[in-house]
Amino acid sequence: MKREDWRPWALHGGLVATLALLYFVLPPYHAGVLPRVMVLSVYAMGYNILFGYTGLLSLGHAMFFSAGMYGLGLTIQHLDFTPAPAFLVGLIAATLLAAIVGALALRTVGVAFMIVTLMFAQSGFLAALYFGEYTRGDEGFAIQQADRVLWGVDLSNETNRFFAALILFAITLFTIAFVVRSAFGRALVAIRENEARAEMLGYNVTRLKLQAMILSGLIAGAGGAAYALLFGYAGATFASVQYSILPLLWVLLGGAGTTIGPFVGALFMFYLIDFSSEFTDAYLLVAGLALVLLTLFARAGIVGELRRRVWGWLP
Amino acid sequence: MMPKGKNNSSMFTRRGALSVLGAGAAATTAPGVFGYAQAQSSEPIKIGFQVHRTGIGAAYGRWYDRTTTAAVAKINDAGGINGRPIEIVAEDDGTDPKRGAEVIEKFATRHNCDIAFGTLFSHVVYGSSPRAGELKLPYFVVSEGHHVASGALNRYTLQPGITDVKSQVQAMAPYVADNLGKKVTMIFPDFAFGHDHRDFFSAAIEAQGGEVVAKIAIPPTETSFTKYFPKIPASTEVVYHVMVGPAVLTFVKEMGEFFGPSAPQIFGFIDSLEAVDITSPGLQFLEGSYFWEGFPRYAQPNQTEFDKAYRTAVGVDDNGASVSDSADVSTYAHMFGCWETLYIIKAGMEASGYQGPADRAKLIEAVEAMSDMPESHEHPQGLKKFNGKTHQTFGLQYISKVEGGRLNLVHTTSLEDGLYEDEVDYTTKSF
Repeated sequence: MKREDWRPWALHGGLVATLALLYFVLPPYHAGVLPRVMVLSVYAMGYNILFGYTGLLSLGHAMFFSAGMYGLGLTIQHLDFTPAPAFLVGLIAATLLAAIVGALALRTVGVAFMIVTLMFAQSGFLAALYFGEYTRGDEGFAIQQADRVLWGVDLSNETNRFFAALILFAITLFTIAFVVRSAFGRALVAIRENEARAEMLGYNVTRLKLQAMILSGLIAGAGGAAYALLFGYAGATFASVQYSILPLLWVLLGGAGTTIGPFVGALFMFYLIDFSSEFTDAYLLVAGLALVLLTLFARAGIVGELRRRVWGWLP
Repeated sequence: MMPKGKNNSSMFTRRGALSVLGAGAAATTAPGVFGYAQAQSSEPIKIGFQVHRTGIGAAYGRWYDRTTTAAVAKINDAGGINGRPIEIVAEDDGTDPKRGAEVIEKFATRHNCDIAFGTLFSHVVYGSSPRAGELKLPYFVVSEGHHVASGALNRYTLQPGITDVKSQVQAMAPYVADNLGKKVTMIFPDFAFGHDHRDFFSAAIEAQGGEVVAKIAIPPTETSFTKYFPKIPASTEVVYHVMVGPAVLTFVKEMGEFFGPSAPQIFGFIDSLEAVDITSPGLQFLEGSYFWEGFPRYAQPNQTEFDKAYRTAVGVDDNGASVSDSADVSTYAHMFGCWETLYIIKAGMEASGYQGPADRAKLIEAVEAMSDMPESHEHPQGLKKFNGKTHQTFGLQYISKVEGGRLNLVHTTSLEDGLYEDEVDYTTKSF
């Protein structure tokens, strides 16, 4: 086996093992932070499929995240579903929505694609408010602890929550690592690098982009459903434009088109805000400044720069 | 179907693993796990203050902060709680439910706070409450949402210092029906807060023999309202409005232009104009209209000694603005809730002999056992009755009329006007 073949898998396996170990040695606060970061990383990894690997900048991914969240939350709240089928509904909702939005939005390119996805997401946000009788709109609703027991495991327990998040994170990470090294993944990168050339080479670019959109929406939806299940809340805030911008920032910070970049970006952003908010109310200014500096001096993001400057094998 | 109510724990725990790895080494990096040992009697009681410093709730947050600081200074000057001073640990939640939950975790596991307190916006309460319950951190909200009393939250979440929107709205109906008119058109934002007003007031006015002749929901993204006013039926005797957010000034101005001098009676909730000067340009049309106030912003001729002392302590002048900046108008109708909640926490900790986090359940039981709270320096807004089963307090509501550019009190409801049937009994839920 070539050297390049095992190092990415060792990196991913090592990251998952390290996270598992960290739970036992980190102080409680930081051990509690990681599940949320992992779940949000899943969302960012879904975003990265479309943005980092396919080169399509969506400003509407909050609709997929919230479709997963509401798919799970509403079926538990109103139809008395248990977590497993509710999670499945969340995945189906996000996937179907991604297929429909993708079929329509992918008729546009560039800035128009950004605007169309933004408009679809805004429609989703307003729909969540409009159907407030069921969603409780902006206020949202809490999912009771008794409704968050998956196969006998209480996901409101700190340890169970951590490892449930880690399992989802690991599944997503390894799936993406596999996908981006497959022929499909390489075709997506070909589209990102030169769409006209990919088309000329015989790839069905439209179909590939739609498939990327669906996969991206599915993974984002998994993140949303997991957030509701693990943290007990679903609300329209997560469908707002702010939550479409966040995965873009995480991916840019961590490194677009890298497998672990979304995790690194989400982690970096969390601690940047958490730390700076202890000193100033203008913590978003600090986050913005960090983003500007990264854009100026590390345009490929943290992991992207490491790949460019030090470890060229980074996936 | 999975049996509900089952509380399974994990097969392996952090503590178990830490002991395997070497408790001595781990203890140095895990103060949150081991630092909860019985608090020293001289150590401050740490209250995590979840404050809206940024985001849509920032104006409220600023005044919640000032009220909290004033109340804590007063309590500490008088000897603190059980002889221990209060230390406020403030964290900005960005008026965001995700950040709110993160802040609750920070209070519980990083700052080692005894309790959390102070949240206003309902979506932040909803986002944070599950984590407070899981971390077994008593969470005293000052939100006026119906979330607590509806049974949607958990035993660790209480709202003892401010009435909820259902009670407030219900208490308005008798006055509106008897004095302003029985045919009401409601104009409200098309999200949860507006829907609460729509549903609770519709039921309450019908109980008074009135009716809602039109319900006009306005999307939250709307910036101009002229197209909605023609939907107000001609038979309308009272327009009930509860717009919130920065568009409220445009709303009032455009409503004034629409009606001109022949307007029906107008009744609103001051939530629309908290932290806004009532004499702001464009608000002249409000002259002669009525407002619900949680606590009269302007010092009234019959001002109580309690209001006077509270106003002075917080630094609010007789017009409801900061004593140091007359343009900095307070959120007077809500912020008293922080003051009163802190005194309730003090009373609860003293009644339960609270020493440290191990006594959190005792603290909640002590608060649940509370009932009548007479008007006093601790409760300057007025007398209250706390319902331990629903974790919600009930109290007086005020109706003011805009006259000469100030809000003059015209009616004070009875406490009974705001009572309703229990919807939950939290005391039956386990800790």
